Amino acid sequence: MFLQPASYRRRRRRDAARFLPVLGLFLILLPVLWAPQDTPRRDTAPDGIYLFGVWGLLIGAALMISRALAVPGEDDDPDPDSDPGADQDLRS
Amino acid sequence: MPFNLLVLSCLAYVVFLFAVAWWAERRAARGRLGWLQSPLIYTLSLSIYCTAWTFYGAVGYAARSGLEFLTIYLGPTIVFVGWWWMLRKLVRIGRRQGVTSIADLLSSRFGKSNLLGVIVTVIAVVAATPYIALQLQSVTLSFSVFASPTDEGLAPPGTEATAIWVATGLAIFTILFGTRNLDAKEQHHGIVTAIAVEAVVKLVALIAVGVFVVWGLADGPFDMKARIDASSIADWNLQPGRWAGLMFASGAAVICLPRMFQVMVVENADERHLSTASWAFPLYLFAMSLFIVPIAVMGLERLPAGSNADMFVLTLPLAEGQGTLAMLAFLGGFSSATSMVIVESIALATMVSNHIVMPVWLRLRPAKGMSGDVRRLVLLARRISIAVVLGLGYAYYRKSGGSATLAAIGLIAFAGVAQFLPAMVFGLFWRGATRVGAVMGLSIGFVIWAYTLFLPSFGPDAVIPAQVFAEGPWGLDWLRPRALFGVGAMDPLIHALFWSMTLNTAAFLIGSLFTFPGPVERMQGAAFVHVFDTAAANPRGWQRGVAEPEDLLVMSQRIMGDEDALAFFEAEAKDQGKAGYLPDPSPLFMARLERRLAGSVGAATAHAMMSQLAGRATVTVEDLMAVASESAQIMEYSARLESQQAELTRTARALREANDKLTQLSVQKDAFLSQISHELRTPMTSIRAFSEILTEGDLPAPMVAHYGRIIHDEARRLTRLLDDLLDLSVLENGTVQLNLGLTNLSQMIDRALASASHTKPERSFTIHRDLPMENIFLRTDADRLVQVFINLISNARKYCDSPTPELRISVRQKGGRVTVDFVDNGSGIPQDSQALIFEKFARLTDQTRAGGAGLGLAICREVMANLGGTITYLPGQGGAAFRVAVPLRLEQQVA
Repeated sequence: MFLQPASYRRRRRRDAARFLPVLGLFLILLPVLWAPQDTPRRDTAPDGIYLFGVWGLLIGAALMISRALAVPGEDDDPDPDSDPGADQDLRS
Repeated sequence: MPFNLLVLSCLAYVVFLFAVAWWAERRAARGRLGWLQSPLIYTLSLSIYCTAWTFYGAVGYAARSGLEFLTIYLGPTIVFVGWWWMLRKLVRIGRRQGVTSIADLLSSRFGKSNLLGVIVTVIAVVAATPYIALQLQSVTLSFSVFASPTDEGLAPPGTEATAIWVATGLAIFTILFGTRNLDAKEQHHGIVTAIAVEAVVKLVALIAVGVFVVWGLADGPFDMKARIDASSIADWNLQPGRWAGLMFASGAAVICLPRMFQVMVVENADERHLSTASWAFPLYLFAMSLFIVPIAVMGLERLPAGSNADMFVLTLPLAEGQGTLAMLAFLGGFSSATSMVIVESIALATMVSNHIVMPVWLRLRPAKGMSGDVRRLVLLARRISIAVVLGLGYAYYRKSGGSATLAAIGLIAFAGVAQFLPAMVFGLFWRGATRVGAVMGLSIGFVIWAYTLFLPSFGPDAVIPAQVFAEGPWGLDWLRPRALFGVGAMDPLIHALFWSMTLNTAAFLIGSLFTFPGPVERMQGAAFVHVFDTAAANPRGWQRGVAEPEDLLVMSQRIMGDEDALAFFEAEAKDQGKAGYLPDPSPLFMARLERRLAGSVGAATAHAMMSQLAGRATVTVEDLMAVASESAQIMEYSARLESQQAELTRTARALREANDKLTQLSVQKDAFLSQISHELRTPMTSIRAFSEILTEGDLPAPMVAHYGRIIHDEARRLTRLLDDLLDLSVLENGTVQLNLGLTNLSQMIDRALASASHTKPERSFTIHRDLPMENIFLRTDADRLVQVFINLISNARKYCDSPTPELRISVRQKGGRVTVDFVDNGSGIPQDSQALIFEKFARLTDQTRAGGAGLGLAICREVMANLGGTITYLPGQGGAAFRVAVPLRLEQQVA
């Protein structure tokens, strides 16, 4: 099966842009699992550092993805090359 | 600090902002926006998300609930980092459809329904009320904290007086700022720039206080960590429901808040800016939140117990004797509050005027929809709305007592605007979403929000009796506001959010599944959901040729202003291959006009106004098939065919017009010959007859003199006719010698008026002139130009059939050209004759034989061509109107 490398990479960059918020949501909801309200440890400082760390990571990743998506010479729309079925479920 | 000095510094700051906005607007007017339209300014303007709630309230929130305040900033971060899902589509739709507000977006998605626009507007206004009250409360608190009660100067008034002064000041400021003109696209460059400046001020202020706390009061980050561990918020209490629920509410709010929608979608100048904002806006939020916990911890540690934690940002530097830093913090808080109030009230005022005032006005006076200046009405409605919105905010502040914590008030507003989310998300991604579903979902969500959160926020017995809180209305236990359906264990906010969002979504889905969308709705749905798949397809629906283009022009002038409307119509006519200002009322043109009008008054109103002229919009089977067809290839192929067909239609129309003109010219040529022989024969006959009488001799001397004068007059008429003909042929051959020189336009018009007053001197004319505008020096052939002016003025004197004739001469300078309009108040020239009047011997009526040979306008046209300018007939001005356009500096052609 023949793949066009350039357009293949472009589609994967778009996928990365779609996955990023899901990853962010997962990492931010993680503290619910270790339940700081139930542990005797003093959690505000370490959890704060963790959350700001996740935040910084998301900003950095978003910066890289936004740069990668804005490669000149690429027309960002329409999406004719998006994978079939990628977001079909969202359309009627 | 003395109170009067504080007021003075606030005023100085506001004046500075005004100057910034004014400067930006000047640059925008000259089309030199440059970096004012950069991703940086866009990101900074988005920061109106951070209001006084962030600036003051976040510290108080952290002092009470630890890290929970972060949810308010993490929710928007997720939304912006995930811009590819939602925001990208939203901005694209906003730009493509010319959306003016969130009410406009929902109303145009669901078939330009005005009902939906009204519902969204009402929800937005009610939900904004506590939010604006929050800003008033924080500014009032900061005033009372900062102003020292001293003997010198004014004594600080009570908090209520302060609040009312702040509200009035903000209303005046916003009206001056935001409603000076009605923009075609609802964009306010001045305000966006001023808000970007305020964004920098509040960021710098908060970081300065944070740096002072961490490195000035504490001993660097490690010492700070130890202090956090030792403080009363060392162990934060994470409630999973609130953690997730607040993140959801803030993520929804960042999209649905009217002011966020305004700066994110309506003011967006370039879609690529969003890609930058996807990381830069979270970075801004990150920077704003970084020092919140240290400030809260230090405040708890150093300030006396019981001091208001919401004011730590201000009271901490004050208590440590850092006056300058405290002043900076005060201005930062003032910035946060003012920028929020300005943009929020402008966004709400746009919604109220477009979705409530205009439709009501059109309903009450349908016939008057086409007369009177709609622009003035719209601006007036917006000004009043701004005052009303701020008044409501003040009323909420008074009613709620101004004692609640800032964060608690803000969250009520967040939960309120989150009600838009289901209609918006499903509307953007699901074609099956219908208007009925949206109306049902929004109404149910709004009612539940109001019942469980908004009304209880006034306290027991204020609106809802305490007995209802305890036992439910009419003793129905399961309807208690804080424990709907018996679910009483939840946090009140999460309880309200859960029930309103669940029932909202459920009602929306059920309504959508069981109803059938109308044709316009289906087309709009497809245009929204598939916005990336279709290349700017134009929705059609208007029938060809029902509306008179002149009526459309008159209506558009009321909304867009004379110049813009004429320019738009001229460009459209040119696009159709026609000259002049009146394009054919083709469906495509009608659709474009509707969208252009929608940019000023909203989709639903524009649609209603167009319907008054063009009848009901119909959707053809082809349109529906184009919507239903999923295949991009077929659409592309048909689009190509269509463009070819459009090209052919244009050519055919041009040919047809040329042919019509040729036929008419041939008829005219015959008429010309008979006319000229007639014109030459009449004087000739009388000359011959009278000279014969004279040759017979022995006539009394007075008779000889009388007959001689008749012969002389007739000979002069002949000469004049021949002169005109000669003049015309010289002009047409382009061999005329021009006498270029610098002349004042005002003097030329004076000369023309003086000369033309000999025509029909018995008629008294009222002349309206604009002397300051006329004071322009032109490099042109003054005598020739005056000749044109004389002709136009004499024509007006001859043909204007009004009993009280008036002539308006207006001058405009645009680029390197000067236009002079001559508009009288007569009945004008019928549309089918407008193309002919510049032809030779074209005289429209023979009833007023005013002695001309019908060469005047033909000569004018040739003169103007030689002067490098044009003369055109302006339709739709309420009388005969001619526009003369000349270059400011005519360069001598090298012959």
